[in-house]
Amino acid sequence: MSENTVVTSYDKSQVGDDTVRTIWDLFLRRFKRHKPAIVSLAILVVLAAICYTAPLYIEEDAVHRIDVKMMRKPPSAEHPLGTDDVGRDMLLRLIYGGIISLRIGVLAAAIGVSIGVAVGTVAGYFGGLIDNILMRIAEALLSIPQLFILIVLSRVLGTSVLIITTVIGVLSWMRISRLVRANVLSLRERDYVTAARAQGAPVSRILLRHIVPNTLAPIVVAGTLQVGRAIVLEASLSFLGMGVQPPTATWGSMLNRAQAYLTTAPWIAIAPGVAILVVVLCVNFLGDGLRDALDPQSYR
Amino acid sequence: MITLIVRRLLQAIPLILIISFVGFLVIQATGDPLAAFTVEADLTADDIQRLKAKYGLDKPKPIQYLNWLKHMLTGDWGFSYFTREPVIDMVLSRLPNTLILMAFSYVAILVIGVTLGVLSAVYQYTWFDHVVTGISFLGIAAPSFWLALMLIYLFAVQFYQWGLPSLPVSGMFEFEVGKTFGQVVTHVILPATALATVVTARYIRFVRAEMLEKINMDFVRTARAKGVPRTTVLFKHVLPNALLPLITLIGLDIPNFMSGTIVIETVFSWPGMGRLFWSAAERTDIPVLMATMMLVAVLTVSTQLLADLFYGLVDPRISYDRD
Repeated sequence: MSENTVVTSYDKSQVGDDTVRTIWDLFLRRFKRHKPAIVSLAILVVLAAICYTAPLYIEEDAVHRIDVKMMRKPPSAEHPLGTDDVGRDMLLRLIYGGIISLRIGVLAAAIGVSIGVAVGTVAGYFGGLIDNILMRIAEALLSIPQLFILIVLSRVLGTSVLIITTVIGVLSWMRISRLVRANVLSLRERDYVTAARAQGAPVSRILLRHIVPNTLAPIVVAGTLQVGRAIVLEASLSFLGMGVQPPTATWGSMLNRAQAYLTTAPWIAIAPGVAILVVVLCVNFLGDGLRDALDPQSYR
Repeated sequence: MITLIVRRLLQAIPLILIISFVGFLVIQATGDPLAAFTVEADLTADDIQRLKAKYGLDKPKPIQYLNWLKHMLTGDWGFSYFTREPVIDMVLSRLPNTLILMAFSYVAILVIGVTLGVLSAVYQYTWFDHVVTGISFLGIAAPSFWLALMLIYLFAVQFYQWGLPSLPVSGMFEFEVGKTFGQVVTHVILPATALATVVTARYIRFVRAEMLEKINMDFVRTARAKGVPRTTVLFKHVLPNALLPLITLIGLDIPNFMSGTIVIETVFSWPGMGRLFWSAAERTDIPVLMATMMLVAVLTVSTQLLADLFYGLVDPRISYDRD
């Protein structure tokens, strides 16, 4: 990180009283101004902490314990969110489900971003035939509705959490690759890239040191928003009964049979949906805040 | 214009071929194409071999694909493994229903999305703008299937309990009444709302941002300086320019929208393509899966094509003949 800590020269009177030392300071200052993003980040951290420390204070057996005498009981002191159709505590399942849902969201986004960056950089930097082929593949994948491919692939490959995560990740690189490619196209013509090339720097170094770091802003923003998309995608798939299978709880699979009990036990349908809504909302705000902080020129 | 149409078509065809090839490979892998036979009778290895030869399953995949493509193009889409119906009849009878659902949703999306987006931009930072912005953020984040459940809960379950007229939540019409226009309209309200909400919310944000961006442009300042009234500037100068990028966005959104139909049609038992696909996937009905997948892909690519062409038509600055 040594480059980032170089003190840039500027006229202090123009910047104001705050001493801005690094690009990191600038980022933090702009990010802090975005109140919804700060609040969202806090909510996400708290939610993640609740879910991921759950194994410390909840025994996993309690999450999966079926109790026919306690089927579809409304919220009470003992079961704050009620019980589901086989008498399992909704709150415990919501917390344990959060572990899986959040993990799927983050990992799938990470996979998508990695592939997207790799494809976009290669396509943009080398151009020509490689670019053409990669972008046609991206276009084809973007033209097939994602849920259709996901359903078919889950039939072929299976429905374990790992597979679902990977498949969602592998299907979500296209937008990011286009974004990165567009950036790389303009970056590769910059003088400092030419200079590096003239010095005989290997392609890998040019890409990894000079090009990719300069496209980081849109990547971070798109990656953040992708987390929300992945969570909703997994939830839709599991809701349809073609994603993560019981007894494993995810927020989507908890809603799988909720429709049948809307009249008699609406609480089964409400809590997991609210959880998804809150997380996606926070992720979107966070993405907005990051965009404003990292890339102040962009409108959206 | 003609060259533009021809060129776009030439780009769309290889795209559909790529999709169909990948789709073919993946869907064939979902199950045994001979399942329809092996379920019923005890076949010897010899019989299976003969069947494989008969259906060309002993040939390499690319040859199988070309065979399948030939059958698709000649309208021979095979028979469902489960209902034994001709697939082409099943799929084509479902297609109009999905189109009805999409048409209703899109009318709602465009009317509400554009109106609220424009008003939100015109009354920027008023309470109205804040309320609309808040609601659209919620709408963007809400998963459509969950929204569907909540709509059913409110408008069917609760309204019924409160003694209010409740909305139907399943199918396209009541069998006693028959498939009348009124029946279809009342049945389409909830699914179309659930399907439209996310997209509407996004379009509100999009139109608002576009309006605000265009309002600050030079041509707007010029028009105002010449003394053109504010409302005329807004509707004649700003709005058309703000709506142009929306056309591209609609084209890009079509695949997402089709994904939504799977979930929404399943929740509301709407007899469309999405539900057909879902049930076919549940029982690994390969011919039906293949046909729906292909029809959806063709539908998506052609709507994107239309959006593209329409953009070229309405924006005189765009010329596809360069590059």
